[in-house]
Amino acid sequence: MRHIISVILENEAGALSRVAGLFTQRGFNIESLTVAITNDPSLSRMTIVSSGSDRVLEQIVKQLNKLIEVVKVSDLTSQDHVERELLLAKISSSSKEGANIKELVEIFGCKVVDVTDKVYTIEVSGKTKKINAFLDAFDPSSIIEISRTGVTGISRGKKLI
Amino acid sequence: MKLNGAEILIDCLQKEGVEHVFGYPGGAVLHIYDALEAQDKISHILVRHEQGAAHGADGYARTNGKPGVVLVTSGPGITNAVTGIATAHMDSIPMVVISGQVPSPLIGMDAFQEVDATGITRSCVKHNFLIRDISEIASTVKKAFHIATTGRPGPVVIDIPKDITIAKMEVEEYPATIEMRSYKPTIKASERQIKKAAEMLASSKRPILYAGGGCIIGNASKELREFTRMVGFPITQTLMGLGTYPMTDKQSLGMLGMHGTYEANMAMHGSDCVVAIGSRFDDRITGNLEKFCPTAKFIHIDIDPSQISKNVVADIPIVGQTKQVLQALIDQMKGKKLEDISNWWSQIEKWRKVDSLAYKKSPGVIKPQTVIEMLYKVTKGKAIVTSDVGQHQMWAAQYYLFDEPRQWINSGGLGTMGFGLPAAMGAKLAMPDKDVACVTGDGSIQMMLQELSTMLQYSTPVKIINLNNGYLGMVRQWQEFFYEKRYAMSYMDALPDFVKLAESYGHMGIRVEKEDDLKPALIEAFNQKDRTVFLDIVTDPSENVFPMIPAGGGHSDMLLAGRDEMVSKDETDFNAV
Repeated sequence: MRHIISVILENEAGALSRVAGLFTQRGFNIESLTVAITNDPSLSRMTIVSSGSDRVLEQIVKQLNKLIEVVKVSDLTSQDHVERELLLAKISSSSKEGANIKELVEIFGCKVVDVTDKVYTIEVSGKTKKINAFLDAFDPSSIIEISRTGVTGISRGKKLI
Repeated sequence: MKLNGAEILIDCLQKEGVEHVFGYPGGAVLHIYDALEAQDKISHILVRHEQGAAHGADGYARTNGKPGVVLVTSGPGITNAVTGIATAHMDSIPMVVISGQVPSPLIGMDAFQEVDATGITRSCVKHNFLIRDISEIASTVKKAFHIATTGRPGPVVIDIPKDITIAKMEVEEYPATIEMRSYKPTIKASERQIKKAAEMLASSKRPILYAGGGCIIGNASKELREFTRMVGFPITQTLMGLGTYPMTDKQSLGMLGMHGTYEANMAMHGSDCVVAIGSRFDDRITGNLEKFCPTAKFIHIDIDPSQISKNVVADIPIVGQTKQVLQALIDQMKGKKLEDISNWWSQIEKWRKVDSLAYKKSPGVIKPQTVIEMLYKVTKGKAIVTSDVGQHQMWAAQYYLFDEPRQWINSGGLGTMGFGLPAAMGAKLAMPDKDVACVTGDGSIQMMLQELSTMLQYSTPVKIINLNNGYLGMVRQWQEFFYEKRYAMSYMDALPDFVKLAESYGHMGIRVEKEDDLKPALIEAFNQKDRTVFLDIVTDPSENVFPMIPAGGGHSDMLLAGRDEMVSKDETDFNAV
């Protein structure tokens, strides 16, 4: 099962490689990982998407907690949460879909952020499923290049991590 | 007063109460050595190889419970120490390793003797630090000792660039305590879990206690003994736990696992309630997990939450210090009525009668088991015994009946050949008044021989018991059983003359070829109070370690000595007892 794990950790050099190293060392699956500073500049927040059985997930959470620099770990999947991913995609304007790109942009509620004579650059944000659906709407040959951020997420309402 | 980084570092080590530093100098740590030379509170043990430094500090830490301290230079200095650090990590030994690093501006430039020390050690330490400014030294050392010695202990590496050791700053007071928001190990267990465990224990009909290294590291032997005697349950100990409960006691079933006793493994197999105390269900303990303890419920006590339900799902997990949890269980169970387990004990006594450690002597050769039994007699069971890794390690574990914690020092988790000799040196430094024996083999001893030189320089007299069978015995045993006797690279041709070798290092050497000479040689060796004695004992090259659970087997699938068939499929109806 897919899980979104939020990790608050000390904003220190080497903390990221400790987390990444843990996943390879113990053979845990990792689909995406995002990390950036929080409103407290001494802390970073990391969002990891992983998959595995409940027992594997339990180990992932415990092993993350064991890292000295990790302050808090929470499995967002088990709680009410919001998740988003950002995609930047370059689509060829000469392709079949390129012709009706504006229509697709409207349907998916995304934005054209840059246009050159041959290329549209489009920004899409949403759940992973929506990003996948957007990409599926194009013929693969018309997609020149993509960059995805991986998922970030946060719990809903007053509840904090 | 202004001090340089090296002086601040040494000052911090003094304030941490460090007695000995095991190390080896080199370019990146010269300022630190200069500061070390200028004081006399901390003694420095100059090893002959950095791996020996880490094992020496490790042996010291295992023997007296204080953190071992290592000082090595950059590059090959720290990479040589890695095996020793990983050894300590696998067995949860408190250790602080200080490694020199090239000057800060040269980091990342492929400078002379530069390696990414924090990168290389990341997966085999509890934590590591790269110091970036002189002002971080004191707080980093404080954190390092705090992390190394609390919770589940482990090694911590501090990598310190050379320029920082010569920079100067006004000294601040060394912090007495340290608070870390991201590191707060659990100490006190949940009372609810203790109550639940007490209920389960009281109602179990075939209970067994399974104690591991966590009882020794957690200094819980006193509580474990009180608890075990109070409930009257059988107790088995892991390789890392030997001595935490007296092995000569009637409730002790000896060691369990791959080379455990018949009674210990069968009792695990038949139990309805297994209490794991500071043990982690290692694969050498459990054998095939699908066949492991088919009728048992598990209570798992460990300070490290990640150990619980990692290999075996715990029915009642208890996270906390073994010492504190056992005390809480004692309090909880006092006066509680327990099930009558006399039928369980009579079944266990039947298994015990199988006498699984019996072995046949053959004329003209010395059996390795006999050597350990004789060592036990000559030292009256009181010596600190270190070992290397292989057959000799298992025989030492089986035939030397350890009655005290911290008496048996071996590399259980990583299985590091070469550990025994430097660990014996560390043990002797920790306990100068105790006899220290290093049980080793002709393969293992050659991995750290150079430390014989260190042992002369620092007068750490230990007795080396070399079970010399000319083979890498454990490898040979597996090849005999599972590779149709194709002995690929397990024969040690061209062994040195160990007696002359010991003598050339300034020690005493005795070769023993006949069983009649064994006892006098051992007595002679232990009478030499101030000398290291190398006993090169020629043992039966064809002897194997039994009992044995072959790979893929469960606890009831044991090979016993002198029996061609596997003893298995015990017909006992466990539910009837």
